[in-house]
Amino acid sequence: MKILVCISHVPDTTSKINFTNGDSEFDTAGVQYVINPNDEFGLTRAIWFQEQQGANVTVVNVGGPDTEPTLRKALAIGANEAIRVNANPTDGFFVAKQLAEVIKNGGYDLVIAGKESLDYNGGMVPGMIAGILGSNFLNSCTSLTVDGNNVKAVREIDGGKETVSTTLPLIIGAQKGLVEEKDLRIPNMRGIMTARTKALTILEPVDAPVNTKAVKFEKPAPKSAVKLVSADNLDELINLLHNEAKVI
Amino acid sequence: MSILIYAESAEGKFKKVAFELASYAKKVAESLGTTVTALTVNISDVSELGKYGVDKVLKVNNDKLAGFTAKAYADVIKQAAEKEGTKVVLLSSTTDSIYLSSLVAVALNAGFASNVVGLPVSTSPFQVKRNAFSNKAFNITQIDTDVKVLGLAKNSYGIFESAGAAAAEDFNPTLGDNDFGIKVDSVEKVTGKVSIADADIVVSGGRGLKGPENWGLVENLAEVLGAATACSKPVSDLGWRPHSEHVGQTGKPVATNLYIAIGISGAIQHIAGINSSKVKVVINNDPEAPFFKVADYGIVGDAFEIVPQLTEKLKAFKAQHS
Repeated sequence: MKILVCISHVPDTTSKINFTNGDSEFDTAGVQYVINPNDEFGLTRAIWFQEQQGANVTVVNVGGPDTEPTLRKALAIGANEAIRVNANPTDGFFVAKQLAEVIKNGGYDLVIAGKESLDYNGGMVPGMIAGILGSNFLNSCTSLTVDGNNVKAVREIDGGKETVSTTLPLIIGAQKGLVEEKDLRIPNMRGIMTARTKALTILEPVDAPVNTKAVKFEKPAPKSAVKLVSADNLDELINLLHNEAKVI
Repeated sequence: MSILIYAESAEGKFKKVAFELASYAKKVAESLGTTVTALTVNISDVSELGKYGVDKVLKVNNDKLAGFTAKAYADVIKQAAEKEGTKVVLLSSTTDSIYLSSLVAVALNAGFASNVVGLPVSTSPFQVKRNAFSNKAFNITQIDTDVKVLGLAKNSYGIFESAGAAAAEDFNPTLGDNDFGIKVDSVEKVTGKVSIADADIVVSGGRGLKGPENWGLVENLAEVLGAATACSKPVSDLGWRPHSEHVGQTGKPVATNLYIAIGISGAIQHIAGINSSKVKVVINNDPEAPFFKVADYGIVGDAFEIVPQLTEKLKAFKAQHS
């Protein structure tokens, strides 16, 4: 089984979010980048398929040279090889179009992409890849087993879960549950050393229309200070929630 | 030309998000000088939609669509959009609608903006405001395609009634076998409990509650308020509560009317996930807990004393006001 894991290079969850250049660009100063958490859950499951079922795992990212450390980290965790599509990830469709091209040419059976990234939170890419390729697609996937060509999987739904069956080739939107937090791997020294010699192929992007563009960023208005209510005066809290906030 | 919305339903009834989406669509339609068409699947009485600004309903009745299949539903929405000559398709942000939105956008060659909050900033060029960076910022996105797909963030607009009636007509889209590549074997829904996705109020507990055996505090308060229960990441990592209750940046997002945090310090990742909630209340014994910086109302004190008292007082309040 050939697996492709799509990796977003995103600011660490503790990053301060600021903008620059007249609020038109994300300010990368002092920001640490990580593998997008939803992608990391997917990658860890892919490595499980590699170890248990002999799958070959490729990781791919659409981005500039500055994203390569994130791909190397994925290689250190255990991916066999990496691809970087050398382009600025302008919008969801542009990225999906690049990934669809990689998938077509690479003949992957299973494509895993985080259901959303922590930066733009668009939640578009896995579905758009499926739309472009016409493949089977399961979003919000929390469990995945593959037997030959047959797939059993679980999708999280509002207020519960759904068990499905389908066949490869398949694209999934990955999230927590696919593996647990404790299953995530920190690269060890051996992994880091071997990652240096693994193949990282750089591809030039294919043409894709620019459907949407981010024109500006804004930060939420500063919040007014919290109203403290005494623990001895809970009636006051109820009063505020009822008459002022009008939420009960 | 009409704006098309997919009015989501469950068990034969419209979801609340369908009315929010209709209210929003009505306003967008006014600014574009057009009308609102809603697509419904397997709903017999659609008259309710008229109250929220829908002018016309395309009713699909098809046994093949009895269970939700994203690809088939996306195909139906695409065909409806083409039939209506729609330029703007509006979808909500439930798990199912998020699932199908990207498929719809690709099928219609449409530019897609998800997590939209508020009315379009401008209609020419077409620009919308969206949540980004896990609610730590907004992003103004311009859509340049002829057909546009918008995903409206949950609980970001509100429900508004308007006088009107919707004309209904049957719509029979063509479905192919390849629409059903994913087969649903079983669905498990937690019954007798409000889900985080549907809840107006969420009561959430953190490590300050000391152990899973103390969750009765959270559950009792939630029950009185008709609220869903949730928890912080450490609590789900420790296995005190199921992952499905974990809210925050890597868990479920919460955009509810009232969020009550008990014994949650308010790590930046937690706040990111719940910040779209309208009113936030924190109960914590540490006055320095970061949650107090983002909360609207706060009580400094021992949750084990405060929460049971608050629950009793709310019970009395509810009895009086119902």
